[in-house]
Amino acid sequence: MMQKTFQGYRRENGRVGIRNHVVILPVDDLSNAACQAVAHNVKGVLAIPHPYGRLQFGADLDLHFRTLIGTGANPNVAAVVVIGIEDQWAKKVADGIAATGKPVAAFGIEQHGDHDTIMRASKAAKEYAQWASERQRVECRVRELWVSCKCGESDTTSGCGSNPTVGDAFDKLYAAGCTLVFGETTELTGGEQIVAARCRDDRVRADFMRMFDHYQDVINQHKTSDLSDSQPTKGNIVGGLTTIEEKALGNIQKIGRKCVVDGVLDKAEAPTGPGLWFMDSSSAAAEMVTLCAAAGYVVHFFPTGQGNVIGNPILPVIKLCANPRTVRTMSEHIDVDVTGLLQREITMGEAGDRLLAMMFRTANGRLTAAEALGHREFVLTRLYESA
Amino acid sequence: MIHCVLHDPHDSVAVVVVEGVKAGATLTGLILDEDRTITLDCAEDIPLGHKIALKDMAAGDTVIKYGVDIGKVVQPIRKGTHAHVHNIKTKRW
Repeated sequence: MMQKTFQGYRRENGRVGIRNHVVILPVDDLSNAACQAVAHNVKGVLAIPHPYGRLQFGADLDLHFRTLIGTGANPNVAAVVVIGIEDQWAKKVADGIAATGKPVAAFGIEQHGDHDTIMRASKAAKEYAQWASERQRVECRVRELWVSCKCGESDTTSGCGSNPTVGDAFDKLYAAGCTLVFGETTELTGGEQIVAARCRDDRVRADFMRMFDHYQDVINQHKTSDLSDSQPTKGNIVGGLTTIEEKALGNIQKIGRKCVVDGVLDKAEAPTGPGLWFMDSSSAAAEMVTLCAAAGYVVHFFPTGQGNVIGNPILPVIKLCANPRTVRTMSEHIDVDVTGLLQREITMGEAGDRLLAMMFRTANGRLTAAEALGHREFVLTRLYESA
Repeated sequence: MIHCVLHDPHDSVAVVVVEGVKAGATLTGLILDEDRTITLDCAEDIPLGHKIALKDMAAGDTVIKYGVDIGKVVQPIRKGTHAHVHNIKTKRW
């Protein structure tokens, strides 16, 4: 029987987080240095540098803002200091985050310079850090959890062990009324009809197939081969995966056997209700996990085969693995060992319960392996060249 | 000990799930969807995570795993040997 509650942080807008970060958020590459200086000055705050934000336009710029605002708005974040080279865009990001009701301040570097900006932003960050340190965890219901999934450095043990473990957990969380998401559009290639058959109705099915077909067009437009040098990846092939179809069929084990695809999301788009959502996304691990965080998800399941080491600055990433060699050689990265599945020592239901038990411990505050090791990969998805 | 697993009883390949599988060994395979085991003879050393052919396959045949199509055979594959990128290719892209 799954537990019904956990200890989380209830935010101003009613959403529930499991971490209490004060984020120093750069709007653009030029503001990384100031953000990192603020994080040096004030203890217990987190700068999340990234390389983009200048001369983007159209849908690519919209995605940039949606990702930054979504990251700041995520309920794992208590308060945000935004720094941009131009104060107008810093204010735009801050205003988007402020819609949640959480404390946020914006600073522009132009006409001030780094020193003055860092001083003013550090004063705000210190106030927020002390304010956040007094937020208390309260009892929250399991259905208030938003749980994302994405696998990486997959091998054949992912498809028969760790991915169906996520599927078992997702079936149970779906029944409990949680908000779930999967994505990795191109890594459904060969299994797209199985996903389509799982969609709630014809409208969702049409939306899913439109996103799937569009991504196939992107591949076909840019490919110089059958992608056998990059999809499956070199690590996938070393691990025994042979074709994209085989990889995809392993991948979709993550959506279980019972839950239904209730709707589709654009990249970094927040879902509008509980259920299982498909997010159109890259299959690159850090990009996808960053998009899940920006969409508002607060805990992430990450099955791996050959041993991906990814984390995220604000979204705790729980790693599980069914490959006995990886669990032996990379044990510091693995939160949940499900190797017993492939020796018939535990059932799929027991494996799913182990993952859920770790999810509750993580929700209550236990650091994941990736958090303890300092993995904070924050990778923004780009749609095309800058202007 | 389980040496390899397959998803569906109709799969034409199984996944080796232990280290040190050698030619000449008799392997125990677990059919995950039915929770029963089979035995098969291994004709080639196969690394952990890699696939063993459960039947003879000719170029052009479809490889079945999870009960569905995962690609096409491009070099003949003998039962009990290593099935991977040297004899199987994607049908996509």
